Amino acid sequence: MTESAPKRIGALTDTIPSQPPRSQWLDVWDQFKQHKGALIGGITFLTIILAVVVGPEIWWVDAQYLPKGREFINLRDTRPIYHALWDESAKVSWLYPLGTDNLGRDTLARMMQGGRVSIAVGLTAMLLSILLGTLIGVTAGYFRRLDGPLMRLTDLFLALPLLPMILVASLLFREALSKTFGVEGGVFVLVVGLIGITSWMHTARIVRGDVLALKEREFILAAQSIGTKPSKLVMRHLLPNVMSPIMVSATLGIAVAIITESALSFLGFGFPPDFPTWGRLLNDSVDRMDLYPERVLWPGLAISLTVLSVNYLGDGLRDALDPRIRGR
Amino acid sequence: MLTFTIRRLVLSVPTLLFISLVIFLLLELAPGDPMAQVPLTVPPEVKEKMRQALGLGEPIHIRYVKWVVQFFWIEPQVLFDHIFGTTFSEGKLRVISWQTRSPVMDLVIQRLPQTLWVVGVAYVVAIIIAIPVGIYSAYRQYSAFDQFGTFITMIGFSVPPFFTGPLMVVVFAVYLHWFPSIYDTTLVVDDFESFGKQIRQMFLPVMVLALQITAQISRFMRASMLDNFNQDYVRTARAKGMSEYTVVMVHVLRNSLIPVVTVIALGIPSIFGGAIITEQVFAVNGIGQALISAIQANDLPMVQTLTFIFAVLIVLFNLIADVLYGVLDPRVRYD
Repeated sequence: MTESAPKRIGALTDTIPSQPPRSQWLDVWDQFKQHKGALIGGITFLTIILAVVVGPEIWWVDAQYLPKGREFINLRDTRPIYHALWDESAKVSWLYPLGTDNLGRDTLARMMQGGRVSIAVGLTAMLLSILLGTLIGVTAGYFRRLDGPLMRLTDLFLALPLLPMILVASLLFREALSKTFGVEGGVFVLVVGLIGITSWMHTARIVRGDVLALKEREFILAAQSIGTKPSKLVMRHLLPNVMSPIMVSATLGIAVAIITESALSFLGFGFPPDFPTWGRLLNDSVDRMDLYPERVLWPGLAISLTVLSVNYLGDGLRDALDPRIRGR
Repeated sequence: MLTFTIRRLVLSVPTLLFISLVIFLLLELAPGDPMAQVPLTVPPEVKEKMRQALGLGEPIHIRYVKWVVQFFWIEPQVLFDHIFGTTFSEGKLRVISWQTRSPVMDLVIQRLPQTLWVVGVAYVVAIIIAIPVGIYSAYRQYSAFDQFGTFITMIGFSVPPFFTGPLMVVVFAVYLHWFPSIYDTTLVVDDFESFGKQIRQMFLPVMVLALQITAQISRFMRASMLDNFNQDYVRTARAKGMSEYTVVMVHVLRNSLIPVVTVIALGIPSIFGGAIITEQVFAVNGIGQALISAIQANDLPMVQTLTFIFAVLIVLFNLIADVLYGVLDPRVRYD
């Protein structure tokens, strides 16, 4: 009976995989690396964050320091250091590489301090808007009865004149919030809240669409048939699968939030005047921009560069997270 | 097509009513007090009388209904009287600004043309630039033109109008003296010289807005054209020997425009937001600037009406986009 071992056929001849299986995130990272713009954008964004977080700690000039008397006259309206290249009589100082403003405050220190606020507002408002968008999107997609009302609400928000309403609300709610959270804290809560409440719609729409499609898939049916509770089903099975569109809209949401905050500050409805943010710095210097164009240029460039890098990052993430493009 | 348009028009009425309610409630529930600026020496009963005079004494729902009647019923009558010389609106109460003590709509009528001119011209300029750019970059994907165009649109997408505005003023008005930095609204266009002046003063605000819109549209135009180039019908069209021009400009273009129209419609609120900023930068006295000064003066009827006018404009432009959608895609019309 002991004949030779049966001949291996079909699947049995498959060799053992030569390397361990790759995780999804490794694939995503490989695709992401392909997109040069996204890579540069990501690095730029991280550098900017690092600069504004660490910068004020190591830079020797305090952003709020107001020189008095003779020092004030010596310090104020210092031009950026590169002015010495073409104008030898220009008032420059190596201690203040980007110059000072008309009150003698150091522009570089204020830029870094302002960047902190702008980016903090951008990130927090993005988190709020993603949270709202995901909550509304998942609820509308998962519970059929709520779908209609919630989507009508989303359409309504999309038709609202958002910037005018943000302007109105930022003035009307300012004092009440300042009493509760202090002047700066109140404005921070106000600005973050307003941006978050007015920018969740796109996320909600995308998430709802994805949830509607996922709901019909077999693994959801399987999970339901073994008696998974709706809350668990959403947390364990639905949310991880809609992570990628959420991440993309989160990235792009940072850009929108930073621009809206700067627009508010630019129009004079944002943070108080002595509290620097990039939009505020830009607004303060517009009046004298024919004499001191650099004071408009630097905050403007900072905003634009941040938003540009975030947009490139979002573009790259969208490509990397899309399985149809990945591996091509 | 006509029934489609009418149905859309009728549907926008409840939307507008609801938006007006939202704006009204926002102003109502806010913890600000319009009497906050009145000196403390004014006795409370006088303050109460002032409130009554401003129409603040009545409960919320009555004031809302009053505003709706004033805006949707009395103001059109005033317009009708103005055009045909009739007297329907005689003695009826209009929406009065607390700031100027004159009807808000008179001011809106003065201000609206400037805003619409700037935004409208910017849209036309942007579409004229963006559509060909989008078509060509998609047709020659990854060419030098495409790479450059994508980079430029990314910049236009990222650089906010409140930065490009001052930048353009510094470069073109202060250093080069090509264009005036401030918009002169008293200019009357009656001959070629003043027409040239009008063009020159509109140039900078229009360019700032158009850059933003161009970037938006051409990005989506390119993406949408690329999607369509891979479709089977394109291969069929080429296989049956159609000229490349017909394939691209008739078949692919028309199909690609459909999603682009949606994107244009979705971008409209942000364009009007950009218009507020542009008006502020170039001192165009449009409704955006009026809104900002009204908010700063705590002039609630004016704020309410102007915000609502923005909503009307957005809904109106969305309606136009919807109708365009119907023109481009016959399937939408017969739903």
